[in-house]
Amino acid sequence: MFAAENGLKGDPRLQAISDAIRVVPHFPKQGIMFQDITTLLLDHKAFKHTIDIFVDRYRDMDISVIAGVEARGFMFGPSIALAIGAKFVPLRKPKKLPGEVISEAYELEYGTDCLEMHVGAVPAGERVIVIDDLVATGGTLSAAIRLLERVGAQVVECACVIGLPEVKGQRRLNGKPLYILVEPREIDGCC
Amino acid sequence: MMHRALIFSSLNPIYSQLSTTKASPDSAVFPKRDGAWIGPPPVFRLQNYKRTLLPPLCVASDSVANQPKMASQDEQDPRISKISSAIRVIPNFPKPGIMFQDITTLLLDTKAFRDTIDLFVERYGGKDISVVAGIEARGFIFGPPIALAIGAKFVPMRKPNKLPGEVISEEYSLEYGTDKMEMHVGAVQAGERALIIDDLIATGGTLCAAIKLLERIGAHVVECACVIELPELKGRERLGDKPLFVLVSST
Repeated sequence: MFAAENGLKGDPRLQAISDAIRVVPHFPKQGIMFQDITTLLLDHKAFKHTIDIFVDRYRDMDISVIAGVEARGFMFGPSIALAIGAKFVPLRKPKKLPGEVISEAYELEYGTDCLEMHVGAVPAGERVIVIDDLVATGGTLSAAIRLLERVGAQVVECACVIGLPEVKGQRRLNGKPLYILVEPREIDGCC
Repeated sequence: MMHRALIFSSLNPIYSQLSTTKASPDSAVFPKRDGAWIGPPPVFRLQNYKRTLLPPLCVASDSVANQPKMASQDEQDPRISKISSAIRVIPNFPKPGIMFQDITTLLLDTKAFRDTIDLFVERYGGKDISVVAGIEARGFIFGPPIALAIGAKFVPMRKPNKLPGEVISEEYSLEYGTDKMEMHVGAVQAGERALIIDDLIATGGTLCAAIKLLERIGAHVVECACVIELPELKGRERLGDKPLFVLVSST
């Protein structure tokens, strides 16, 4: 569900956010138009708008955990968590988190990968938002949802700055609402 | 260069709580929201776990170090002890003999995390710093909130092949072998004043690579900032003339 369809239609902040995102063609491989949010992080105003929009949405929803997917989810999640008084929980690639973890496998285009979360980080019943910079197929976010549900947490929503066409029209992912700020940028006349 | 030596150390305030809990070494330990531990910690030595607030090194022209003190000269900022006790130590990770300083428990303590960011923001706000460079991946957790609060850009310093588009690379030594750190071309302009942030400084190798990357494009690294320092690994010396500011020192 895009922000523009959900109360923020015509909000100039969304245009500023979209304009600040850079498209890098053929990364990491031919044919992929990579949506690069690092340029958004260089634009202090647009970066602040991004955080403000998420904070405004989640501030009064009794959210106690923001779970951010490594690594770009780490760039957005903590600021939101701090502003709404929630904990920040990193969801990481294998073997990065010390101590006891639970793991959830998910499929890549070729092969599988794994997402891990600390045991004990999220008690059962807590209300969680999962954040990442971008959602494509939804594989990573689905793994994140499964991890959190396994410990009895309640995933209230998944939040992403950018949503690729695969999820356009889908309001839910694994039954969880999806909240997205902008669509991918396109480059005119590119290959 | 004047070095104001004021070090205040205190025992870990959590220590007195540990003796009342039942031992169960395999359980994970996370503080409850009200600050109490919900399980016993892994077995490790706490007696010498010092927490210090290290003073800024005075540098002639750079105004960051000469700012008014946050707390009085001979006292540690009261927020430091809560920050320190929110950090969990995991023995023998990633390999035997290493006492891993785990900041994820700090991120679960909303007040302590808030205080951590505030301490950095108080130090760097209004100092004309336009770039906060954060080192992958835990630098990505602390850097952006600081950048947002002080009106600076956030620039991620990443492992190889993660950043799309044109990058510059700097190789650095590991215990065995080397690794590379990358930064986007054009992210930082010559003459910009930059802060580098990471969760922890050990040997200083990673921070040095970040300093080199920024200096290669003509930026001025004002200071390196970390939550935790492991002073026995002498990272501070490795940074040479670059000042280092940390909240907690762990031996």
